[in-house]
Amino acid sequence: MTIHQTPAQTDQAREILTGAQIVVRALVDNGVTNLFGYPGGAVLPIYDALFHEPRLRHILVRHEQGAAHAAEGYARSTGKVGVVLVTSGPGATNAVTGIVDALMDSIPLVVITGQVPTHLIGTDAFQECDTVGITRSCTKHNYLVKDVADLPRVLHEAFRIAATGRPGPVVVDVPKDVQFASAPYVGPAEATPIHDYRPPRAPEPRAIAEAAHLLAHAKRPIIYSGGGVINAGPAASKALRELARLTGAPVTSTLMGLGAFPADDPAWLGMVGMHGAFEANHAMHDCDVMLAVGARFDDRVTGRLDAFSPGSRKIHIDVDPSSIGKVVRVDVRVLADAGEALSALIQAVKREKLAKDHLAPWWAQIDRWRARRCFAYAPSAEVIKPQYAIERLAALTKGRDVYITTEVGQHQMWAAQYFGFNEPNRWMTSGGLGTMGYGLPAAVGVQTAHPKSLVIDIAGDASVQMTMQELSTAIQHDLPIKVFILNNEWMGMVRQWQQLLHGERYSHSYSASLPDFVKLAEAYGAMGLRAERPDELDGLIEEMIDAPLPVVLDCRVERAENCFPMIPSGKAHNEMLLADAADDLGRAIDAAGRRLV
Amino acid sequence: MSDEQRHEAPASAYDMGHAEEAEDLATFAVLVDNEPGVLHRVVGLFAARGYNIESLTVAETDRNAHTSRITIVTRGTPHVLAQIEAQLEKMVSTRQVQNVTRDPNGLERELALVKVRGVGADRAEARALAETFRARIVDTHSTSFIFEISGAPSKIDKFVDLMRPIGLVEVSRTGVLSIERGE
Repeated sequence: MTIHQTPAQTDQAREILTGAQIVVRALVDNGVTNLFGYPGGAVLPIYDALFHEPRLRHILVRHEQGAAHAAEGYARSTGKVGVVLVTSGPGATNAVTGIVDALMDSIPLVVITGQVPTHLIGTDAFQECDTVGITRSCTKHNYLVKDVADLPRVLHEAFRIAATGRPGPVVVDVPKDVQFASAPYVGPAEATPIHDYRPPRAPEPRAIAEAAHLLAHAKRPIIYSGGGVINAGPAASKALRELARLTGAPVTSTLMGLGAFPADDPAWLGMVGMHGAFEANHAMHDCDVMLAVGARFDDRVTGRLDAFSPGSRKIHIDVDPSSIGKVVRVDVRVLADAGEALSALIQAVKREKLAKDHLAPWWAQIDRWRARRCFAYAPSAEVIKPQYAIERLAALTKGRDVYITTEVGQHQMWAAQYFGFNEPNRWMTSGGLGTMGYGLPAAVGVQTAHPKSLVIDIAGDASVQMTMQELSTAIQHDLPIKVFILNNEWMGMVRQWQQLLHGERYSHSYSASLPDFVKLAEAYGAMGLRAERPDELDGLIEEMIDAPLPVVLDCRVERAENCFPMIPSGKAHNEMLLADAADDLGRAIDAAGRRLV
Repeated sequence: MSDEQRHEAPASAYDMGHAEEAEDLATFAVLVDNEPGVLHRVVGLFAARGYNIESLTVAETDRNAHTSRITIVTRGTPHVLAQIEAQLEKMVSTRQVQNVTRDPNGLERELALVKVRGVGADRAEARALAETFRARIVDTHSTSFIFEISGAPSKIDKFVDLMRPIGLVEVSRTGVLSIERGE
């Protein structure tokens, strides 16, 4: 890397540290208190430096993918940067899934990878891989540090890039000889930046004025909020609430945005998209002004694009210029931090003359959609319905300091639909990449950040087996996470799609040879519980909550339950499939839709 | 669609299926930090998002500022070209992106070496054409020439097309270089 050197005269006053010590010091100076990792040959000098640093708590995972997801959970629940430390070769490649996950969901991570010594790079050395090559397309930025003198400013810049603008993962690859070499240490305040990196912050006043005018004069407005509002910090969520109050507009959000707007607020419509609320999707379709904030018009949100909200003017607030106008044309572009843009918008809307009760017909229409009760399901006294399980979990944890993580699949959608989140940073899920195995290690990360809180991984029987080994991490570090498995003995969402789209040919989606999750939990030193009947569920959930150690609650649920409502592939927001209307599932999705993912 | 039109007709379908939209050629001049892997970042971005590269040139332009200039000629609908520009701008290593196609001050040049086989009348015709295009002969054999020609890419295209019936053997082109006119 070609970088300006620090002026020599100031070097004399600086402390000389080894590369490994520089890494540890830079972590401390950037406010890091916890990191997640796994040692190995090429990163041993850094682990040696860590041995002498009491200010850093290192959580030893059981697989590097777990370290990345744990760091994501940590970051997502605190608003801080998550830190990962892994070795070269397989250490780095194992972390890649978590790095891509963080990129897709805009989670700030700094991933420090060991590398073989510089003179061995390119020789196919033991545990060598081209880490910067492999991670170039799945990081916000990455570095290979070949000169120890560059290491401090690279690390400080890595933190700044990860945390600001649209957050994302940054990889810093540090060869072993660089870890042993010495250089003067430069602190974050003095280090000169390497790149000309200036993320947008304040919005253009003209765009805000235009947006405010549209919102104030809308007859059928909607606010569509996303993960960007949560990333912008608690003030952004507050501003979102105030703007909704001020304009009287209903609010929906993406999967990633849940919690920014309270689920118990009357203006809340529920989640938008493929498994979103009937009222949210219809309101998106019929609105005349849409305010999208920190959301990216994902295919799971929009449904059929050429029928997406056809009659609306669209305002898009985003900090990433490439997100605006990427898949949906917008009328007003607001390139800014979501929090700053929302605050500016509030001031601008206050200057507009708002008609009184002009939204009454719109709310009356919304109430008609709500009356459809799209989340109704057939209750059962015999078997535990998965929706019921989530409802009971929500009811019995109400008022508690609770954080929820999930794996990916039906259970994830049921959690999103039935739990109800009232605060930001309480909901950790893999939205963009859809990584089965995310939830358990993410719960480890959340519990690390919030040792006294109740942290629950809502899991599926298939997903949870992908990173089950992290239960051992939870035991070792006294992290009393709860793993609430909705066990239907299927890869449920795969089974549902095979039923709907592939003529009920259930190709390889049955969870054969499932382990006994109770015994498995006990084998790790955790508590194992099993719920088989609806009448015993409450007692078992309470036992899980009260246990001071990690618990796996194997909740045996209705096996063939499908996740509804659903926008079938290739259909529009106003063509939702509801549970009670879905009697002819095989014909619900046409041939064109079947080809879509 | 212009901004004005969009405001007139909010009921448009917003379908971004732009298959029917015409594709245009565009040239982007990208000023990047000169560091290892930076070209891979740009090329990888194009590959990963399915954009075309018609030509690409890269070289260090300022040693002290550690900058390189990458000139990329690409093809796409206006929407795709806007995405390419935004994606390039988003890269941490990028200092500046200019779409020099739509810049009336943009100046584009390319250099080509063109090998042409010919005897007798063909030789004379090739030489005459070369003179018209101000191409230089840089190598001569009894049965072939190599011409060096520089100019706008369209001029080189035309020269190559004219040489084809005479006996075009091979063409080597640098790709487009671009710069802004004036100060």
